[in-house]
Amino acid sequence: MNQPTEIRIPDFFRNGMIVWVLLIVVVLIGLVTSIYTVPAESQGVVLRFGKAKLQAVEPGLRMKLPFGIEQVYILPVRRQLKQEYGFSTPGGTNPNQFTDRRAREIEKSMITGDLNAAVVEWIVQYRISDPELYLFKVMDPEGTLRYISEAVMRTVVGDRTVDEVITIGRQEIEEEARERLAASVKKYKLGIIIDQIQLQNVNPPPPVQASFDEVNQAQQERERMINEANGEYNKEIPRSRGVADQSIQAAEGYALKRVNEALGDVARFNYRFKEFKKAPEVTRTRLYLESMKEVIPKMGRKIILDEDASQVLPLLQLQAGSKGGLSQ
Amino acid sequence: MKAQLVLIPIILALWAAYVCSYVVEETDQVIITQFGKPVGEPVTEAGLYFKLPFVQEINRIEKRFLPWNGPSNEMSTKDKNYLIIDTFARWKINDPMQYFLRLRDERSALSRLDDILGSETRNAVAKHNLIEIVRTTKDRKAKTDESLVQGIGKVGMLYDIEIGREVVEEAILKTAANKLNDFGIELLDVRFKRINYNETVRRRIYERMVSERNQIADRFRSEGAGEAAKIMGKKEKDLQEIESEAYKTVQRIFGEADANASAIYAEAYNQNPESVEFYGFLKTLETYKEVLNSDLSLFITTKSPLFKLFKSFDPNNKFQGKDISE
Repeated sequence: MNQPTEIRIPDFFRNGMIVWVLLIVVVLIGLVTSIYTVPAESQGVVLRFGKAKLQAVEPGLRMKLPFGIEQVYILPVRRQLKQEYGFSTPGGTNPNQFTDRRAREIEKSMITGDLNAAVVEWIVQYRISDPELYLFKVMDPEGTLRYISEAVMRTVVGDRTVDEVITIGRQEIEEEARERLAASVKKYKLGIIIDQIQLQNVNPPPPVQASFDEVNQAQQERERMINEANGEYNKEIPRSRGVADQSIQAAEGYALKRVNEALGDVARFNYRFKEFKKAPEVTRTRLYLESMKEVIPKMGRKIILDEDASQVLPLLQLQAGSKGGLSQ
Repeated sequence: MKAQLVLIPIILALWAAYVCSYVVEETDQVIITQFGKPVGEPVTEAGLYFKLPFVQEINRIEKRFLPWNGPSNEMSTKDKNYLIIDTFARWKINDPMQYFLRLRDERSALSRLDDILGSETRNAVAKHNLIEIVRTTKDRKAKTDESLVQGIGKVGMLYDIEIGREVVEEAILKTAANKLNDFGIELLDVRFKRINYNETVRRRIYERMVSERNQIADRFRSEGAGEAAKIMGKKEKDLQEIESEAYKTVQRIFGEADANASAIYAEAYNQNPESVEFYGFLKTLETYKEVLNSDLSLFITTKSPLFKLFKSFDPNNKFQGKDISE
């Protein structure tokens, strides 16, 4: 049952083939560990026995010493990297690009310099500028960048009123935050340069949002009230100017008429007077009789009394008693 | 067999090289210990180094700036505002031997940092008012939106400070750095990362913000009503002005016209006593024509010139025009 198994050593091991095989394996491993590529957007840093070589490796197919004697770090120095604060665009793969959902609320809430509160979202755009610092000077440079960036943004927001933060001071905040962050990054030797800081949504905290909206509404309301009053003004004033103008024109018309009539009357009078002067008595008699001729027929009852009759009254009474009985 | 014999010394040599050498990374510094006791100076330069096999041990110590990210702590400021404060620091092992002897590893270093920075932060916060750790630049004046800040009240104003956030941070850094020096640790920086109101304070702040905004909104509305009233008043004034100006002008024109007409008449009628008399005569006759109508009765006696002939006729008495007109 327990027969000794014969270990069969293949022939090629016996006659020195093993050395060749090992040699080939070693050479293959050597090739694999010595050839590498640096992508176009990146730079490589080569370490020999842990010590960095000064010269960075530019993109292309490159060789290094094999078997872990030389190691290479490849960093995307030409790529613009981005960190988001208080929000996240979906699909980001860099773990330092955003914080997890639960921390975001607290990440974006800040105290302003007038001791109000604001909710600030922003992004930081940066590049790796010095691979050696980035790799060897600071542990977790990008995580550190997040910390500094939050501290800097709060410093800047803390120096401003809530109205500056939300509306009028945005650009100034971006600028000052960028300067401060750049200075800190330099101090911390992160090997990063800051390209830009951009504020995203900046709002009052949700519980007071409504009252901020109300201020806007009130502002609109004010404009509306003023506009309406102006409308009222514009509706009435031009019309009353027109009416005033009309009455003045009418008065001027009257004035013309009055003067012209006077001139006409006078002209007529002058002619008549001239004629009158030539034969005053005849003219006077003529005018008198003409008038009488015209006037007397128009009148009601005409009664001619004898100049010697003294009683008029009985006659009148008689007429009143038999009304309509006696016509002339 | 010959081939195997060649391999053995090569493998032995590689192994000897492995156990006698070590690599110091760029991020590391190394302290060699022999039976637990440090030997020689710490190695701080990266590269390949040699040691005695088996008896000597290598202890790697970080050379980089290391993070200390403090926990969120609730603290009270001098003016009794309760805040939740997050701090962070960056530190470095600048005396590896001291560090190795006193702390040995990063974990105990971090717990020491927790103790020292935690209490220093608490002390510093308790010594200052809230605004001192919120604001930084002492003489900064807020830019204001003119339309928002008119009127009375503190809206749109920054609270004044005496020292500011950076000085407080600096003070924490200074005292903590002193204490950490003994551990071979250099403190690069301490910063407040987050400062937030705690729940009760926050509610109070929100209430204040709401009332502040309401006040602004009320002012806008009252401004609107005021402006509108002003415009309506101006309308009223302009209206009266226009109408009265017109009235004034109209009356003046009327008066002028009447005066002119009257002057013209007077000049013509007043030439001499004769014209005055003639005018009176004409006007009287005209007035008869207008005034007398069928509602009136005429009683006339034969004494009147017109009917004189009616009563008596005297062929010898010549009729004269002046019998009538006088």
